[in-house]
Amino acid sequence: MVAKTLFEKLWDIHTVCNLADGVDLIYIDRIFLHERTGSISLVGLDEAGRKIPNPEKVFCTMDHIVDTYADRDDNTSMPDGRNFIETTRIKTQKAGIRLFDIGDNQQGIVHVISPEQGIILPGLTLVCPDSHTCTQGAFGALAWGIGSTETEQALATNVLRLEKPKSMLIRFEGTCSPGVTAKDIILHLIGKHTAFGGVGYVVEFSGEAIDELSMEGRMTLCNMSVEFGAFSGLIAVDQKTIDYVKGRQFAPKEELWEEALNSWKDLNSDHDATFDKEIVIDANVIKPTISWGTNPGQSISFYDPIPSPEDFQDSNLKSAAKKALSYMDLKAGDFLENLKIDAAFIGSCTNSRLSDLRRVSKILKHKKIAPHVRAICVPGSTEVKRKAEEEGIDKIFIDAGFEWRESGCSMCFFAGGESFGFEERVISSTNRNFEGRQGPKTRTHIASPETVAASAIAGHISIATKMDADQ
Amino acid sequence: MTGFKTVISLAVPLLRINVDTDTIIPSREMKQISKKGLSDGLFAGWRYLNEKNRILDPDFVLNDSRYQGSQILLSGDNFGCGSSREHAVWALHEYGFRVIIAPSFGSIFYKNCIRNGILPIRLQKNQIDKLVDNTITIELKSQKIDKNIDFDIAPADKNMLLLGLDDIDINLSYSNKIEEFEKSDRKRRPWAYLT
Repeated sequence: MVAKTLFEKLWDIHTVCNLADGVDLIYIDRIFLHERTGSISLVGLDEAGRKIPNPEKVFCTMDHIVDTYADRDDNTSMPDGRNFIETTRIKTQKAGIRLFDIGDNQQGIVHVISPEQGIILPGLTLVCPDSHTCTQGAFGALAWGIGSTETEQALATNVLRLEKPKSMLIRFEGTCSPGVTAKDIILHLIGKHTAFGGVGYVVEFSGEAIDELSMEGRMTLCNMSVEFGAFSGLIAVDQKTIDYVKGRQFAPKEELWEEALNSWKDLNSDHDATFDKEIVIDANVIKPTISWGTNPGQSISFYDPIPSPEDFQDSNLKSAAKKALSYMDLKAGDFLENLKIDAAFIGSCTNSRLSDLRRVSKILKHKKIAPHVRAICVPGSTEVKRKAEEEGIDKIFIDAGFEWRESGCSMCFFAGGESFGFEERVISSTNRNFEGRQGPKTRTHIASPETVAASAIAGHISIATKMDADQ
Repeated sequence: MTGFKTVISLAVPLLRINVDTDTIIPSREMKQISKKGLSDGLFAGWRYLNEKNRILDPDFVLNDSRYQGSQILLSGDNFGCGSSREHAVWALHEYGFRVIIAPSFGSIFYKNCIRNGILPIRLQKNQIDKLVDNTITIELKSQKIDKNIDFDIAPADKNMLLLGLDDIDINLSYSNKIEEFEKSDRKRRPWAYLT
């Protein structure tokens, strides 16, 4: 037997046939849609008179446009958002697609609810017109974001024609220091290897530091594979994966569960498999990491000074640094700790799961956020929100001065409705610090939820010390 | 989608790395469930001094009178990274761009280009620098820029662009193979199917 990587195994399982010129016909097991970009695929298919042969494998949620205020309805702060919501509702109903609508207790951000309900499973292929679909690679599944036109293709035919991406192994040696989270690991990687270090690759994360992560931590890590430029991210299946999936609504049951377990045993890279590229990272050296610039590659340790354009050899990186310093209103050599923040945001498909909120609640307990800071928490799903409320976590957030919202993508991006405001500085547990992402001229620093909470309390960028967590 | 024709045009230099799709078309500019009406929002954050009143920023390269009507865009590594929004490609196409030349592209964006009549060309940075302010000719059939610089493109992608093919029709031509696969796969992975 030829040794194979996990990615190669997944690819082979789903190859319907090899077409000419290195293109393979790849079978798609699950398709997820949301009202922002899924609506356009459903309308496109309808206008072309195309049918969706297997609606049972298609799921849809309302997350991108829907408001996150209490008592929300179909009206949105985004102008004309209602049209996206209503159209999605009509088209999914017509096609027989399961919709997690506003008010449904299973509604939430696509990459939070898909694992939560056992829709993603080890060994599956899942596509969604959303770049953060790579989140779900944490389950040893091949999950990736596609455009709306490719989504129409998958919906109508159950297959996509693809050239096989290359494979990369990112191996973390040793373990992370206490207080270093999955978010810090991925920001560290992208900070060292640029936002395009993974272009053309499916990356597999491995090593002791990855084994130690919870499934929710693994999702945070894989979520930002796309911010590394990768086609997708992957983590091998282990007992944690299986324990997470077992008993969830759409997961196989009884005999099928036993058969599934048997199939999943092999979902790891063979010991002697070869990758097109390997990167080794010392997990011990990773510190709490925060973005300073306008792409996730512009990230540094909390303890390091903000770089100068002259620190970069490459002329492109140099000019990008210069532009980023100007946009972010920063001085090279200064420290992130000296930056006063206007707002703090905890949410998004990266860091809004129950374990994130539990950890943050330990930092916020008996504390108040700085008076000049606007702080918002948007749980990743209605289920996460409900469970957090059962544990009293909502009260801790509210008592500290956070707004406690309904689930959705919310202010991870600015869609024309709510924003943090012109030139405001925001510390955010999200995934993108692009220019204008959270509002016109808004300055975003991405970080772990712990760092966001500690910064909200301090009023300037700060990290959660052990003391914070112990109090 | 009609087939890709030879392009002769002055190239617009937007020589920055990591130009993301949020920058190409901000979410706030995606107002309708439509592939049309997006060019006005193209690069809105950079193109307008005042977005609301659409007051142009004279310093932004796209607003330079020399480049009006240009069909070719030059840029840096990782062009089109970030969000999967196909609106980025629809906006570029509606504005008039037919070719984008960069050292590397976001992978979802690259595929979206192929499906919407935009030719994405991967070229080394030093070669791109030499194209600035030249009127250049892009021929897809021979895979040449100005008849002397070769570029690579996957044969399947080239065909898609040249012939303006429909993805769904191509896939459906393999219906028998897909059915056969499902039949045997259901035995192999019964747990993967929901009906």
